[in-house]
Amino acid sequence: MGYDLKMRVWRGDAGGGALTDYSVEVEEGEVVLDAIHRLQATQVGDLAVRWNCKAGKCGSCSAEINGRPRLMCMTRLSDYEESETITVTPMRSFPVIRDLVTDVSFNYTKAKEVPAFAPTPRDKDGKRRMMQVDVERGQEFRKCIECFLCQNTCHVVRDHEENKEAFAGPRFFLRYAELDMHPLDTHDRRALSQEVAGLGMCNITKCCTEVCPENIKITDNAIIPMKERVVDRKYDPVVWLGSKIFRRDKREEVEPS
Amino acid sequence: MTGNRMDAGADTGFETHEYDVVVIGAGGAGLRAAIAAHDANTRVAVVCKSLLGKAHTVMAEGGIAAAMGNVYDEDSWQVHFRDTMRGGKMLNNWRMAQLHAQEAPDRVLELEEWGALFDRTPDGLISQRDFGGHKYARLAHVGDRTGLEMIRTLQQRAVALGIDVFMECTVTEIFTERAKGRPARVAGAFAYWRETGRFIVFRAPSVVLATGGIGKSYQVTSNSWEYTGDGHALALRTGASLINMEFVQFHPTGMVWPPSVRGILVTESVRGDGGVLKNSEGERFMFNYIPEFFKSETADSIEEAEGWYTDKKNHRRPPELLPRDEVARAINSEIKAGRGSPHGGVYLDIASRRDADFIRRRLPSMYHQFKELADVDITAEPMEVGPTCHYVMGGVEVDADTEQSLVEGLFAAGEVAGGMHGSNRLGGNSLSDLLVFGRRAGANAAFYAMRNHDRRPALPDEEIRAAAARALAPFEEEGGENPYTIQKDLQDVMQRLVGIIRKADELRESLVEIGRLKERARHLTVEGNRQYNPGWHLALDLKNMLVVSECIARAALEREESRGGHTRDDFPKPDPEWGAKNLVLTLPGDALDSDVHLEHQPLPVMPPELKTLFEEAKPAPEPGAKPEKTGAS
Repeated sequence: MGYDLKMRVWRGDAGGGALTDYSVEVEEGEVVLDAIHRLQATQVGDLAVRWNCKAGKCGSCSAEINGRPRLMCMTRLSDYEESETITVTPMRSFPVIRDLVTDVSFNYTKAKEVPAFAPTPRDKDGKRRMMQVDVERGQEFRKCIECFLCQNTCHVVRDHEENKEAFAGPRFFLRYAELDMHPLDTHDRRALSQEVAGLGMCNITKCCTEVCPENIKITDNAIIPMKERVVDRKYDPVVWLGSKIFRRDKREEVEPS
Repeated sequence: MTGNRMDAGADTGFETHEYDVVVIGAGGAGLRAAIAAHDANTRVAVVCKSLLGKAHTVMAEGGIAAAMGNVYDEDSWQVHFRDTMRGGKMLNNWRMAQLHAQEAPDRVLELEEWGALFDRTPDGLISQRDFGGHKYARLAHVGDRTGLEMIRTLQQRAVALGIDVFMECTVTEIFTERAKGRPARVAGAFAYWRETGRFIVFRAPSVVLATGGIGKSYQVTSNSWEYTGDGHALALRTGASLINMEFVQFHPTGMVWPPSVRGILVTESVRGDGGVLKNSEGERFMFNYIPEFFKSETADSIEEAEGWYTDKKNHRRPPELLPRDEVARAINSEIKAGRGSPHGGVYLDIASRRDADFIRRRLPSMYHQFKELADVDITAEPMEVGPTCHYVMGGVEVDADTEQSLVEGLFAAGEVAGGMHGSNRLGGNSLSDLLVFGRRAGANAAFYAMRNHDRRPALPDEEIRAAAARALAPFEEEGGENPYTIQKDLQDVMQRLVGIIRKADELRESLVEIGRLKERARHLTVEGNRQYNPGWHLALDLKNMLVVSECIARAALEREESRGGHTRDDFPKPDPEWGAKNLVLTLPGDALDSDVHLEHQPLPVMPPELKTLFEEAKPAPEPGAKPEKTGAS
């Protein structure tokens, strides 16, 4: 069942590089990462690639395969014709370190800017109670494996390096939404998500949702509801008045950390 | 903190950092240790080979075992302790098993405090699910991605606390101060940035090993590239000892097809949630493999097993939920007897037993994994599964209360530590182990650093230069071997000769083969430069894999009995004399290619008040089921 796969892999570093042609033997049922590993083991021992679990759970092997942002471990060769050349390039929105490995420190910097979860006190018996239906919204967002494909795809930063300063990206809108929807959280991060994380810069083209390997509905379930919550807080006079008179929203607004 | 800083001096130069505690590894144990050390007001750094949040803990699926009693009031640390010891065939360090059972519930609640969103019971408490070897539904979980939830929670906590993380940074050596008349003590660690290949020296009196396991030495494994036994090898070289290395857990259910995914884990929750194992004749074969040791608590008919899912009071557990070693051996026997599935596994069927909605809700990532990687819809057809190398019970010998090894200032927690799980680990006990002993190791490493605040160890420059030279050696050699080839050959040897079923002559052969591989590995050649070079990284990791493999084979040959994760074809029964002994491995020289040394050591003896827990182990106080409270949603 094996055949020789034609591949073009980007090789190089921050100084520059080029697509290089390879031919590598592959077997039935294999994925792009298998082909890359075989190249590494038999032809180019120093081919740089990130990977860990090889089961779509850790989000390490993100790359662009024939131009599409995908996980290499979840992209099956059988999705392509045997005669087709598969081109693998590093994620475009992040600076290249070497070959398929990019500098994703942008994401770790943004992660530090989200104020942490701040729960209400425990119940008298030392436990906490939440209903399954209430945790499910946050659980969808916590499926995120931090592959950063959404960050890579989002045109706000993909085509505009200068926006990175003011824009945290879909992965972190997910995080803001998760915390905002957490039944026990006491912080109000709505102003932050708008002012510091740049939620307003997202114009909901849904590219992030489309590339998410976990099928998280980033735009519909996280970004749009978050935008609505921000707007409610800011512009809706009834909500504003209600919060002043009835103190419906007792959460404490937080400063950037 | 990433490594693409270019201010680290010339090629042979290095940057230096000073800390109180350096934690090696950023999985569950490492992060929990770092948080504990931070909370104890010490300066702590985490050093990890991958990006933060990618450690192998993300692969854990089923849950965290903790006797919280949310589903069954009757559950208690005593029952959890007893299950753990029996699962480990009584070879566990009793004190570790006790601390683990006592402290696990608090550690789970702490995760919730830091933002983890566990599945809930109908009254809003953390839900707990059934798992092999656990008497009560005990595993706190989030669908079948509990490990991801745990690592993300700890990661976010560590970030919120501002803990320094050195990502994609590999430690190659631990420095010790060996002053005359004093025992050796830790002085720091030597590492390289994977991105640039530049060196880092950590000066620190305490080092916590939290490096995980050794599974990459096997061909069929659920483990990632990182699992090269680094912590085990670092401990040996530093003068610490390893115990229980003969015990390797083969998880009964790994994927078997297609070839590229062979070994990837299929969670035990499939069986906990109602899945059963069948051979090619459609028979639920586990009923033929119930060992004497578990007869009193295991259902011996399909009727009784079926009744258990809804009425635990009047039924015993289905044999599919026996501990992992039993199930893995049974599957192995079925395949050998010619009753396997077309791709050399057996069938794991939940499709015909639970409705599609239930399966998708309880096992979403299994559904996804089979659909995407094998074109199998697990709600409509059975999965093909077979044993896969999953976990090593053996590891660094530590003090049960402090997690300190024989070397002063060197601590170990999680999979890299030995003793807690005895000869076989129960599912769900790994995540709880990481939390309980991660915290203890981090806190004790911090206390040790504080106590030694005024006498920081010396670290001479020539030792640093020697470490750098050793790390660069593969670039010096020309015409040597390709590290990938040796790794592949090692995996073949371990799989073939030191696998699930072992024999004296094969184990002897494996030691000869490993000796040859060690010889070949003296001359490795890597191409390219030091910048993000996987070939070079493997060349350095490979030496760890070789010495750890030798430990496994040596101990496996020595232990002439079958127990837990060690099955000898030539000694098929457990032997009470062996049941009171640990095998201890050390490295007399400090070079990784010297031969390992093996000794027998009596097992710590359990105090009488704990022994009584095992005397009343007859058909067991019935679990007073509260069926209305089971299930996540």
